[in-house]
Amino acid sequence: MSIKFKHVSYVYAPATPFEQKGLDDVSFELKENQFIALIGHTGSGKSTLMQHFNALLQPSSGEIALAGHRITPTTKQRDLKTLRQQVSLVFQFPEAQLFESTVLADIAFGPKNFGYTDAEAKKLALKWLEKVGLPKSIANKSPFELSGGQMRRVAIAGVMAYEPAILCLDEPAAGLDPKGRHMMLELFKAYQARGHTVILVTHNMDDVADYADDVLVMEHGRLLRHTTPSEVFKDRAWLLKHGLGQPAASEFAAQLAENGLPLLPQPLTLTALTHRLVAHFKGGE
Amino acid sequence: MTKIIIGRYIPGSALIYKFDARGKLLVTFLFVFAIFLANNWPTYLVATLYTGLAIMGTGLRAHVFWDGVKPMVLLILFTSALQLFFSTGGTVYFHWWGLWLTSTGIVNAIFIFLRFTLIILISTVMTVTTQPLAISDAMEWLLTPLKWVGVPVAQLALVMSIALRFVPTLFDETLKIMNAQKARGADFNSGGLIKRSKAIAPLIIPLFISSLEIAVDLATAMEARGYQGTSGRTRYRVLSWQKYDLLNAGAFVVLLILLKVLG
Ligand SMILES: Nc1ncnc2c1ncn2[C@@H]1O[C@H](COP(=O)(O)OP(=O)(O)OP(=O)(O)O)[C@@H](O)[C@H]1O
Ligand SMILES: [Mg+2]
Repeated sequence: MSIKFKHVSYVYAPATPFEQKGLDDVSFELKENQFIALIGHTGSGKSTLMQHFNALLQPSSGEIALAGHRITPTTKQRDLKTLRQQVSLVFQFPEAQLFESTVLADIAFGPKNFGYTDAEAKKLALKWLEKVGLPKSIANKSPFELSGGQMRRVAIAGVMAYEPAILCLDEPAAGLDPKGRHMMLELFKAYQARGHTVILVTHNMDDVADYADDVLVMEHGRLLRHTTPSEVFKDRAWLLKHGLGQPAASEFAAQLAENGLPLLPQPLTLTALTHRLVAHFKGGE
Repeated sequence: MTKIIIGRYIPGSALIYKFDARGKLLVTFLFVFAIFLANNWPTYLVATLYTGLAIMGTGLRAHVFWDGVKPMVLLILFTSALQLFFSTGGTVYFHWWGLWLTSTGIVNAIFIFLRFTLIILISTVMTVTTQPLAISDAMEWLLTPLKWVGVPVAQLALVMSIALRFVPTLFDETLKIMNAQKARGADFNSGGLIKRSKAIAPLIIPLFISSLEIAVDLATAMEARGYQGTSGRTRYRVLSWQKYDLLNAGAFVVLLILLKVLG
C-alpha cells in the first residue's frame, strides 16, 4: 500500500475576499514504512498539506488514497473515524491540546476514543509515558503543573498511544532543548523502524539528513520536488534560492572544498563527514 | 495571522470607506430617527433612494446586503403582517373576525416593511465599510458626554478594542484545538445532548487556559510598557475629519430637508 495524492488543491475561505490557495495541484506517491521529511519555507503550505493526511482538511479538488481510504472533496466526515485512528497528526505546539485532570487520563483520551477499554487505555498510557522519557511519578499530576517541554511530551504521547500506522508530525521539536529534540527524533525514528510511516515537517536540515528516507519540498502551495535527501542537498544555490539550507555537515564540507579540500561524495551527516575526513587524512598520509 | 472576517467588515476602496467612522456611526444612528419623518410615498421614495445610493457607493455585491437583511426577514414580515391585518381605515377589501384587509393596512404594511429594511440596510452599509476598531473608537467619541458623569468611557473602549483584537486569535485557537482533539478521535458533531456537552470539555478547557494565558501575558506586557490607566493617554489611531465627510454630512442634510419638505 502507498500514500497517493492526485492533483490535490485546497482553497482557504473560498468565494470570499480572503480566498487563498493553500495547496495547488499537488501530486505524489509515498512508500509506507518510510521516514518522510516535508520542508519548505514559512507559508509554503506544509501545515495545510499535513492536515490532508487525516482529512482534517478535505481537498477542494483532487483525490487522496491512503490506509485503505479514499478522500475526495465530497467524503463525509463521519466516515473518517477509522482513518483518524490509522493516521494521526501532532500539531505545532501540541501542548495546547491538554485538558484532562491527570497526565495519565490525558494520554488515555485518544485510545479511549478509538475503542480501547479503560484498562487497556491506561496500560497504553503508562507505556507511552515512559517511551517519551517521562517518569512514572508524574502520571497522576495535573498536566498544567508540568514544564513546557514535559507538556509537549505528554501531548505527543497522547497521540502515539493508539499507535497509528501513519504518524504525521508538524515541527514536533520546535522549542525543545537540544537533548530533548534528539530524544524525540530518535523516538520517531524507532517508531518508524518498527513498521510505521512517519511524516515530519521540519525547518531543521540536519534532521532531514539524519533521519529521512524521502523528502517533499513545498513552495507557494505547490510541490517543488520529491526526492531523496542526498539529491535535495546537492545543489546549494538551488536550496538558498528557495529559502532552504544545507545540513551543517554539508555546509562544513562546502567550506572545506572552497579552501581546497573537496570531499566527495558530499557528506550529509556529521558521522559521514567524520568518516570522509578520516579516510581522507589516512589515505593522504 | 489568518484573515477571518470580524464583525462584517469587507475591505474595499470606494469613497464611502474613507468617510470618518464617527460620521458614519452618527448618520446611521440619526437615520433611525429620520426615517420616522417619512410618512407618505414621496418621502419613502427619497429614503429608499438615499439608501440605494449608499449601497451603490460601497461598490460591493448585492448579496452582502441580503446577508445583512436575512436574519431579520421573519421579524420584518411578521411586523408587516400585523399592520396588514390589524389596521383599519380606508377602503375595506375583506373582513373576517378581528382581521381586516384595508387600503390603509396595505399602505402601512409597505411603509413598515420599508422602514425596517432601510434601517437594516443603512447599518449594514456602516458595518461592512468600517473596521470594527474604528467603530469602537467612534463609539468612544460618541459616548464622551458620559465621561462627565463619571462613566470610564476610555477604559470601556479599551476593553472593547482589546476584545475585538483577540477575536481572530481566539478563533484560530479554537479551530486549532478542535482539530487537535479531532485527530485524537474526539467527535463534536454526533450523539445526544449529554454526549455533546461532555464532548465539549476537551475544547473548552484548553481554550479557557489559553485565553487566561493570553490575558495575563497582555496585562504584563502593558504594565511593562508603563500602562497605568487611561487618563492623559494619546492615541495611535487618530480619527480625523476629511473633506469627504462633508459629502456624508451633506447627503444626510439633503435627506433630512427632503423628508421634512415632502412629509
Ligand atoms: N486558516 C487559514 N485561513 C486562511 N489562510 C490560511 C489559513 N491557514 C493557512 N493559510 C494560508 O495558507 C498558506 C500556507 O500556510 P501553511 O500554514 O500551510 O504554511 P506552512 O508551510 O505550514 O508555514 P510555517 O512553516 O510557517 O508553519 C499561507 O499563505 C497561509 O497564509
Ligand atoms: Mg506550519
